[in-house]
Amino acid sequence: MELGGRTPTRRQLLSAIAAVGGTAALYQAMTSLGHAAETQFTGPPNLAGARKGASVIVLGAGLAGLLAAHELTKAGYKVQILEYQDRAGGRNWSLRGGDTYTELGGATQKVGYAPGNYFNPGPWRIPHHHKTLLHYCKAFGVALEPFIQFNHNTWIHSSESFGGKPVRFKAAAADFEGNVAELLAKSVNQKALDDQVTPEDRERLLEALKGWGMLDKDYRYASNLRSASHRGYDRPPGGGVNGAPIPSALYGLHDVLDPQVWSSMAFFMGHEMQTTMFQPVGGMDMIGKAFARQVEGQITYNAKVSKIAQDDKGVAVTYTDTVTGKVVTAQADWCVCTIPLSVLGQIDTQVTDEMMAAIKAVPYSGQVKIGLEMKRRFWEEEDSIFGGHSFTDQEIALISYPNNNLFGDGPAVLLGAFAREMGAYRLAGLTPQQRIEVALQQGSVLHPASYRKEFSNGASVAWSRVPWSLGCCARWTEQSRKEHYQTLVGMDRRIVLAGEHASYVGCWMEGALLSSIDAITRLHKRALEA
Amino acid sequence: MTIRFPIALAAAALAITAPAVAQTPPGGDTGGGIVRIAKPVTGKEVYEAVCQACHMADAKGGVGAGTIPALASNPRLAGAAYPISAIVLGKGGMPGLTGSLDDTQIAEVVTYIRTNFGNAYAKPVTAAEVARIPHPTRGGGH
Repeated sequence: MELGGRTPTRRQLLSAIAAVGGTAALYQAMTSLGHAAETQFTGPPNLAGARKGASVIVLGAGLAGLLAAHELTKAGYKVQILEYQDRAGGRNWSLRGGDTYTELGGATQKVGYAPGNYFNPGPWRIPHHHKTLLHYCKAFGVALEPFIQFNHNTWIHSSESFGGKPVRFKAAAADFEGNVAELLAKSVNQKALDDQVTPEDRERLLEALKGWGMLDKDYRYASNLRSASHRGYDRPPGGGVNGAPIPSALYGLHDVLDPQVWSSMAFFMGHEMQTTMFQPVGGMDMIGKAFARQVEGQITYNAKVSKIAQDDKGVAVTYTDTVTGKVVTAQADWCVCTIPLSVLGQIDTQVTDEMMAAIKAVPYSGQVKIGLEMKRRFWEEEDSIFGGHSFTDQEIALISYPNNNLFGDGPAVLLGAFAREMGAYRLAGLTPQQRIEVALQQGSVLHPASYRKEFSNGASVAWSRVPWSLGCCARWTEQSRKEHYQTLVGMDRRIVLAGEHASYVGCWMEGALLSSIDAITRLHKRALEA
Repeated sequence: MTIRFPIALAAAALAITAPAVAQTPPGGDTGGGIVRIAKPVTGKEVYEAVCQACHMADAKGGVGAGTIPALASNPRLAGAAYPISAIVLGKGGMPGLTGSLDDTQIAEVVTYIRTNFGNAYAKPVTAAEVARIPHPTRGGGH
C-alpha cells in the first residue's frame, strides 16, 4: 500500500509531465512509454480563468466552431456563434426522409427515404485512432457502432479485366498474392536473389512465400484446396455425401495485375483506412447535434458573413440575416473563424496580406456522393455482402453497403457513388435526376439482377455545389504547405482560423477538432497576455 | 427515357477516346481503387465533364455563402490569359486542372467558353498559349 502510494501511476506521471512541460512534452513522454503514437490528442484543453467579460465570436457551427465555443465558454468567455445555414454541424451532416436540399444552381431534392434510413453526404467513417473525436463522442453521449470497412466478399470491377465482370475481392486478392509469391519464389530458386539475400533468409523467404501465397510443395500457385481456402471454392466444404470441397479456377495473371486489384488491396493499408472504424448509431449528424447541444442558445443561424474587421480593441463581424435581410454587426474581443477557405477568401476580411494569400492558396476537392434507397437488401440476400465496399473503375468509384440493421427487412440505403476528381466533376455537372440514373447504370454492372429492379429513390450531394462550402475539403500540396500553412494557422492579431483546412489531418473531423483545440489554446494564452 | 438518352449519347461520344486512369490521391477520406474516365475532347465535352460541376450548365454560376462566378456574358473573358490562368493555376477554392486536363483540352474549353454563353471572343486559343503559363507541379492529397 505504502509503496503503491509513493510510486506514481502512469497517469499521475503523465499529468505531472503535462503540467511541467506542456502537451508537447506529454506527447513525447507518452510516445516513449509506448503510448499514443497514433494521435496528437492528449486530452481536452484545460482552459480556465478567462478575463472577466472577455468575449469571442465564432464563425461557423461545424465541429471546429462548436468545439471552440464549448471549450471557450467553459473557460469563462462569452461566446456567440454565427452560422450561415439553418442547422449546426457543418459538413457533419445526414439526409433523411422529408429533408430537402437545394444546391448551388437551384436544383432542389426532396429526400424520400423510409423512416430510420439516412445518407451521410460528408464524413461517414471514423478511424479508431481519431481519439479527439472518439473522446468527445463518449463525453457527449454519442453512441458508436462498427463501420464495416474491410469486407473480403465485396466485388472488384474493372472495365478492362476479367471480361468486364465483377470478381470477388478475396479471389482477386488471393490470386494477386499467389502469383507474386510464385514469381518471387521462382526468382529465389533460380538464384536471382543470391546476392541480396543470405542463404538463411532465402529459406525463410521461401517458407513465407509458400505460407502467405498458398503455394504448393513445388512453389506453384495452382487451382487446389490451398488456393481455394483463400479465394473461394467452386463447391464449398459441406456435410455428408457431397461434403468434399471442389477448388475454383484461378484468374489469369494479366487480369490479376489490373491496377484495380492491387490499388483496392493497398487502400486498406492506409493509416486512416485501417480497421477498426466506427459510425454513430442513427446517422453521422448525431455527432454534430451532440456538439450543438453543448452550446445551446449561443448559435445565430442564417447569418451570412460579409465583413470581418479588427483593430486593437476587438473584432467586428458584419452579417446579413438571410431570412429577414437585416444587416447586423456583432462585436467581440476575439474571433475564431472556421469558415471554409473557399468561402472565406471571398469575404472582406481584415487580415495581413500574407494571411489573405494563404487563405486564397488552398483549393477544394469536390467529391460526389449518392445515397440510393433499395427496397430490400439484395446484396446481403443474394451476394452475402454485409457492409464494406465494392470498387469499380466507373465514375461512381464504389458501392458501399449499410453497416447497420443487418438482415433487416424493408428498404435500406446504400452509398451508390463516392466519386472523386474527374468522376466527381462529371457527376456534379449533371442534374440530381441524371446523377441517380448514372449511379443506377454503373451500379447495375456490379449487381445486374437487382440494382435497378429494387431501386426506390435516391439523393445526391455534389460538394462543388454545396452552397455553404463550395467544395468538400481543403487540398494542400507540399509546396502550398511550405509557403502558407504556418501563416494560415498563426494568430492574425485577434483572429485565429480553425477547421480541417488548418490541420495535417485534412478532410477528417479529427483534423477540425485538433485544429480547434490548438487554435483556442493559443487564443486563450494571447488573451491572458493582452 | 428523357434522362437516359442524352447520357447514353454522351457516353458513346466519349467512348472513342482513350480513358484516363485516375488513382486515389493520398490523404483525406476518399475512395479506394482506380477510376477510368473517358477523355473529353471538344470544348463542349470538357465544359460538360469538368467546368459545369461548379459554373453550371448555363454558365451562370451560383450564389451561396460564397459565389461561383458566372462565365456567361463575362467581360473578363475578353482576354484569353485570364481564363487560361484560372484553369492552369486555380483560383481560390477552384483547383488548378493541369493534373486532369492537357493543354489541348484547356485550349478547347477556353475557346468554347469565350464563344458561347453570350461571349463572342472569336479568336481560338491554342495549346501553345496554354503552355506559356507555367504549370504547377501537381500535389496529391486533400
